[in-house]
Amino acid sequence: MMKRLITYAMMVGALTGISMVGRSTAREMRTDEQVVRITASTFQFQPSTITVKKGVPVTLELISEDRHHGFKLADFNLRADLKPGVVERIRFVPDKAGRFSFICDVFCGDGHEDMSGTLIVLEESIRP
Amino acid sequence: MNNLLNRRDLLKLAGMGVAVFVSGTTVRAGGSSQKENESFYFVQLSDTHWGFSGPNINPDSQGTLKKAVAAVNALDERPDFVVFTGDLTQTTDDPRIRRDRMAEFRDIVSQLNVKSVRFMPGEHDASLDRGEAYQEFFGDLHYTFDHRGVHFISLDNVSDPSGSVGDKQLLWLQSDLKQMKKDARIVVLTHRPLFDLYPEWDWATRDGSAVIDVLLQHPNVTVLYGHIHQEHHHMTGHILHHAAKSVMWALPQPGSLPRKAPISWDPAEPYRDLGFRNVEAKVAEAQYEIEEFPIVRGQ
Repeated sequence: MMKRLITYAMMVGALTGISMVGRSTAREMRTDEQVVRITASTFQFQPSTITVKKGVPVTLELISEDRHHGFKLADFNLRADLKPGVVERIRFVPDKAGRFSFICDVFCGDGHEDMSGTLIVLEESIRP
Repeated sequence: MNNLLNRRDLLKLAGMGVAVFVSGTTVRAGGSSQKENESFYFVQLSDTHWGFSGPNINPDSQGTLKKAVAAVNALDERPDFVVFTGDLTQTTDDPRIRRDRMAEFRDIVSQLNVKSVRFMPGEHDASLDRGEAYQEFFGDLHYTFDHRGVHFISLDNVSDPSGSVGDKQLLWLQSDLKQMKKDARIVVLTHRPLFDLYPEWDWATRDGSAVIDVLLQHPNVTVLYGHIHQEHHHMTGHILHHAAKSVMWALPQPGSLPRKAPISWDPAEPYRDLGFRNVEAKVAEAQYEIEEFPIVRGQ
């Protein structure tokens, strides 16, 4: 059954242009995985502030609405090229708490310098 | 960031035989045995951003470049040449306006009283059209020239909007350096820092480490660049990298603020932190003395 699910996920990805960055597979998904969709357009990320929990896997679904942009989260050594019509997925486990900036690292025009956002990583709550 | 050079580091460098003049600070080394005819000097201007408009950042955006040209022309000694290290113009999505700005910029700097002016693109000039307009006005995106015993290499790390040099140009660089003697005096001119100065603000070149690896094969290499709108000095191995101030606006020190943003204009100190520099090349010693100048004297 699991094998069939993975195959299905790969087919959907191929048909919808979803590409994967990082080591993400359906088998690794946790029930509490944090999935955040971020759209990029001239010259902003929406949402521009995202909040996640430390130690809990995060999948960022990134898509450009207009032109070629980039996504760079330097503190976690993550980046992706965002091209219109293609969903990029970045999966990672935040291993440190704090506020971290992400930016567009593909020069995209007059407002490029302002195209940034903040990732807030909260300390993971203690589980019972 | 760990390799940011402070004044003490610069003094150490001076002790190692590397000469640096910083903002009028007299830090010299290398002795005085050089002959006059072995030295020359040139001027570096950077990040002029012609076409920029922002009254809170620079209310004299139409006049600052012209003042800089006048300041260079007023130097006591005429430089051998002037080099602009990118972001000649402010970016625009409109190809016609881009060309208008380049034409205006070219007209203004044609008033420089020097024999030769060299240009290179910044991302504002070349990233949106991969350097098409830039080449119409200023020529090749990357090139070399030789001047009185120094081999200058102008590298393009901006016409690819991802901020890369690219494999093709890297091969060109390797081929060029193969023709040089091992101890050749080499100055690399580029826009973005070749090292990871502060990737959080995109102050880096994506494949810059590959470029540095190639350059490290030669013992006498110095890099002059722009992009970060402030004076900055850094070493990778034996290679010194010197960032220049902007003519148009200043930026904060890397990582000093949560977000990168231009420093506001201070009416009490207009043109503060803006400027240009003289670079004296002491060819025999493979040393470069840098002296910073303000746009307006007295700053």
